[in-house]
Amino acid sequence: MNRIQTLYKSIIGKKVIAAVTGLILFGFLLGHVAGNLKVFTGSNDQGIPHIDEYGQFLKVAGEPLLPAGALLWSARLVLLASVILHITVVVQLAMLSAEARPVSYVKSKKKAASLAALWMMFSGSVIAGFIVFHILHFTTGTIQLGEFEHGYVYNNLRSSFSNPFVAGGYIFVMVVIGVHLNHGVWSMFQTLGIDNPDRNKFLRTASTAVTMAIILGFIAVPASFLFGLMPEAANYAHDLLTGH
Amino acid sequence: MLTLDPKIPVSPIEDAWTFHKNNNLRLVGPKNRPKYKVIVVGSGLAGASAAASMGAMGYNVECFCFQDSPRRAHSIAAQGGINASKNYRNDGDSTWRLFYDTQKGGDYRAREKNVYRLAELSTSIIDQAVSQGVPFAREYGGKLANRSFGGVLVERTFYCRGETGQQLLLGAYSALEEQIAAKKVKMHTRHEMLDLVVVDGRSRGIVVRNLETGEITSHAADAVVLATGGYGNVFYLSTNAKGCNVTANFRAYRKGAGFANPCFTQIHPTSIPASGDYQSKLTLMSESLRNDGRIWVPRDADEKRAPKDIPEKDRYYYLEERYPRFGNLVPRDVAARNAKDVCDQGLGVGPTGYGVYLDFAAAIEEKGIDAVKSKYANLFEMYQRITDDDPVETPMRIYPAVHYTMGGLWVDYNLMTNVPGLYAIGESNFADHGANRLGASSLMQCLADGYFIIPVTIGDYLSRHESGDITTDHPAFKETETAVRERVNKLMAVKGTRSAQSFHRELGKIMWEHCGISRNKESLEEGLRKIPALREEFWRDLKLPGDPAELNQSLEHAGRVLDFLDFGELMCRDALLRDESCGCHFREEHQTPEGEAERNDEDYAFVSVFEYKGEGTEPELNKEPLSFDALPLAARNYKT
Amino acid sequence: MRIKLHVWRQSSRSDKGHMESYELDNVVEEMSFLEMMDTLNEKLTVEGKEPVAFDHDCREGVCGMCSMVINGEAHGPKSKTTTCQLYMRHFDDGAEIFIEPWRASAFPVVRDLVVDRSAFDRIIQAGGYVSNHSGPKPDPNSIPIEPNIAETALDAATCIGCGACVAACPNGSAMLFTSAKASHLGLLPQGQPERFDRAKSMVSQMESEGFGSCRNYAECEAQCPKGISIAFIGRLNSDFLKASLVEPIDRRGDMKAQ
Ligand SMILES: Cc1cc2nc3c(=O)[nH]c(=O)nc-3n(C[C@H](O)[C@H](O)[C@H](O)COP(=O)(O)OP(=O)(O)OC[C@H]3O[C@@H](n4cnc5c(N)ncnc54)[C@H](O)[C@@H]3O)c2cc1C
Ligand code: HEM
Ligand code: SF4
Ligand code: FES
Repeated sequence: MNRIQTLYKSIIGKKVIAAVTGLILFGFLLGHVAGNLKVFTGSNDQGIPHIDEYGQFLKVAGEPLLPAGALLWSARLVLLASVILHITVVVQLAMLSAEARPVSYVKSKKKAASLAALWMMFSGSVIAGFIVFHILHFTTGTIQLGEFEHGYVYNNLRSSFSNPFVAGGYIFVMVVIGVHLNHGVWSMFQTLGIDNPDRNKFLRTASTAVTMAIILGFIAVPASFLFGLMPEAANYAHDLLTGH
Repeated sequence: MLTLDPKIPVSPIEDAWTFHKNNNLRLVGPKNRPKYKVIVVGSGLAGASAAASMGAMGYNVECFCFQDSPRRAHSIAAQGGINASKNYRNDGDSTWRLFYDTQKGGDYRAREKNVYRLAELSTSIIDQAVSQGVPFAREYGGKLANRSFGGVLVERTFYCRGETGQQLLLGAYSALEEQIAAKKVKMHTRHEMLDLVVVDGRSRGIVVRNLETGEITSHAADAVVLATGGYGNVFYLSTNAKGCNVTANFRAYRKGAGFANPCFTQIHPTSIPASGDYQSKLTLMSESLRNDGRIWVPRDADEKRAPKDIPEKDRYYYLEERYPRFGNLVPRDVAARNAKDVCDQGLGVGPTGYGVYLDFAAAIEEKGIDAVKSKYANLFEMYQRITDDDPVETPMRIYPAVHYTMGGLWVDYNLMTNVPGLYAIGESNFADHGANRLGASSLMQCLADGYFIIPVTIGDYLSRHESGDITTDHPAFKETETAVRERVNKLMAVKGTRSAQSFHRELGKIMWEHCGISRNKESLEEGLRKIPALREEFWRDLKLPGDPAELNQSLEHAGRVLDFLDFGELMCRDALLRDESCGCHFREEHQTPEGEAERNDEDYAFVSVFEYKGEGTEPELNKEPLSFDALPLAARNYKT
Repeated sequence: MRIKLHVWRQSSRSDKGHMESYELDNVVEEMSFLEMMDTLNEKLTVEGKEPVAFDHDCREGVCGMCSMVINGEAHGPKSKTTTCQLYMRHFDDGAEIFIEPWRASAFPVVRDLVVDRSAFDRIIQAGGYVSNHSGPKPDPNSIPIEPNIAETALDAATCIGCGACVAACPNGSAMLFTSAKASHLGLLPQGQPERFDRAKSMVSQMESEGFGSCRNYAECEAQCPKGISIAFIGRLNSDFLKASLVEPIDRRGDMKAQ
């Protein structure tokens, strides 16, 4: 614990925390996109869309070993902690940097820094805002941008994303996430001291490739609904899903 | 008359240093060392290594330099390498041979036993540097690599690409920083020594100007070590860093220290030629290039073709033709004089006509482009950056430039000047290189002085004196401080029209013309007339903008130029009095029919030591006779 | 050539400073950038104005003294080149050139273009050395070093301590400099005993000097006149992590059996 504290106090340590929490969030995104793709796999023989089943599965995963929802909530806690930590350290680091460079140049020019790298704070802020919005939209249904009913994931998506502004907004944010990750994933390797000239090319290509794959996967969902490529789902009774 | 006791140990040369340490030198015990304060002025190889070593021993050391960090001393710029007689190549090298080469290279104008000690310590320097983490070049098996360097027949030069000085200095600097962190050494950066304080004939401290605030303060000590480098910048254009100066040495000279062999200046044969009047310094191309480059000029003065298109028969490989045995590897002075000679004949190349080709075509053909490039990568890059030409495509153009000054404060075998308690080490003393320095030997000398000699010899002096028996309250400090302030104010008060820079440039031209590659009586006498005239104008027409109580680079420069003006005169005087040719000191009156330097051992086998006699009075020449017991005098001959 | 200069002028640490403009018409292509500055200063001196203070010494790209941000780039537009090695042929006739000092709170401006870089020395004091005394040492060939490793160490040791990396970094980070020194020693056998302590103490000194945090922009590498690679930053990160998380703190403490 002592070690973690000292690590946290140092600027490299803070970066490492950004990297590790970034990695956790990145892992979440991977899982999330894999789950999302179930939108495209259709329905089971009872007419329940796979994505709805999947949503339900997440709620009960871990049963009977653990009480229902325990796993989901633990995961949510870890993610929440990660997001908070990630934001805390990057904000702290950004403040340090602002102090370290209080006067800017009259004329300034960059030789190497990519826009993605320079705009991490911006892309991150968009993501942060989006996370809140996204939860209020599809998880709690607090923000109503179409018809919403708990558990009917497919229909909720279909209803919201038929609105071009909602779909467009989501697509835009996904691109922003992609930009964040394009620098973020490679940066993580560098921060953890995993990158070196031997692997640099591979790690950079791989980071971009994986990021692209994730983002295209995410974008596919709103885009497909928007362009009317997705069939209407059958109406089914809610207890069919929960088994009650 | 100065008392010049060289304190040479009476013992066979092979074990003179050991004998001296065992029998002649007193030591200071570890408990007493912290009580002694030693000031080291300079943080180059000599100063940093000395300060670090003495700090580690426990002395209370204060170190000064005028740059913003000790790591920036001029030593950082040395490119080629450092000699050591390790004999890793099994090519017959030995302490004796390095001694022989150095003494012969110096044309027998150095003190034998000093030179032998230098050769003896050379191997320990490499060991020391490696233990600090200096990343010398290695061979495939992981052992240290060597290359050969101008004027010798063995491969004994250790190197780090073309940045040997940088790596050695970073090693010494890191050792110094270790001692600074340990609070054994206190570092004063951006401080310039402007005078020496002498009390009762002993050196007791210095007066410095804080270059940032203009504050002038005194520092007292039990001993003062000057490691302030060389004074090649008296020529304005030289390969030295812009800040190199003679001020510290010259101030010490004015306070009674003898100045030895001031006219011995090494002209380096391979530097990039000047391109115009605005030129501020000359860039050296390491001499190691001569290992693979062939030097030539067109045979025809009217040659118009591009160098590549000139066929072999129309090329004059003048060094290979004139000196078949050593060819392009003749000693520096020989190479330099021959370059000047062919250019004076009108065969020179480049826009100014003062340049010769250094051609790598043959080496590239023989060894392959990659082998040549890997050896000289950063030198080629440097050349291309400056001239816009790629040496792989077209031959380099080179010309001699002032590079190193063998002269310096006179010191005895313990590296102490004739002022008790005042030491001079590194390039700032005169000791080991005679009338000419062998390539890659200066780094060696600076580090031998700093790591191994001064830490031992200084104890002998200190142990004979009470520690800490003086403070800056002593009137001598106040007096010197006042004198320094007055000088600053006097400079500020001239209020003429010309910058210090313009005077420096003009002095440089005078020195190059009258006291340069080759010298003669008339020309030296003319120089001796021109310099005082210029100094007079300096005092009449100098313009110094700004405030002396602030960072004021014009003022710093003016102070240095003023000392150069006085010193330039001393140089010409020495060159005039030394009526022989030896090493790099080439008096046109004394040459063989083939144009070789002709030494006069009968009359001039001595060290010229000048004694300050007051403003406007001619300095007095003192002589330290040299004896040649171990290595009998022989004429230098690089022809066969 | 004719050029227009905009130069930062500041008379002391406490002065606010401002940009001032000058015109020069006697510039030639073969001049180095600093020779152009000399020309400007000569002109200012003769006109009775104060010349521009700037640091310089070797003028051949090794002492690390020169330090100008030229048109927004540390050491100017040519890569792997110090200010003193930059030539006017890299500028067009009629060019407008902005010259500013290194900007970082750890490098306070002393006057005009001169900054105080003593923070770098203190980082070295924190551990940028192999603890050592002068005296007899083992023969270097008794510890062979793979040439590739020696060369990589030399790549790192090539750093001239100019501070361009800090000046170039939008975060004012000194990671490139610090990592170059730590890696130089950390790669060599001589530097092993202190390797992990060195990483920790140099980084902590770097922090207390007020340098910012590295965000992997690689701007430092691009503007470093010696092309020092950010690979060394990765190395230092990794050494620092090992030092903080893995290396035993209490190697020699008591132990009991269960
Ligand atoms: C371009 C070049 C290449 C070279 N290459 C080689 C080579 O390959 N091999 C070799 O053996 N030699 C080489 N030499 C020679 C060698 O580099 C120098 O002789 C040697 O480095 C001098 O070291 P030093 O410690 O005596 O002085 P310097 O390194 O010059 O240090 C002088 C120190 O004194 C300080 N100082 C000076 N005056 C004052 C003052 N008034 N007040 C306060 N501080 C002061 C400076 O700040 C500095 O710290 C080369 C020289 C040049 C110019
Ligand atoms: C899905 C959510 C997110 C993921 C997957 C993610 C991923 C990452 C990764 C992998 C890094 C690289 C870490 C490193 O190099 O050390 C990173 C850096 C960064 N992230 Fe995020 N991040 C996310 C959300 C956010 C949020 C909400 C912010 C809010 C401000 C943010 C701001 C930043 C910043 C500023 C950096 C750069 C840190 C630095 O280099 O110093 N990120 N992110
Ligand atoms: S890493 Fe490069 S930019 Fe930074 S101090 Fe070293 S040489 Fe200068
Ligand atoms: S003046 Fe030395 S690096 Fe530029």
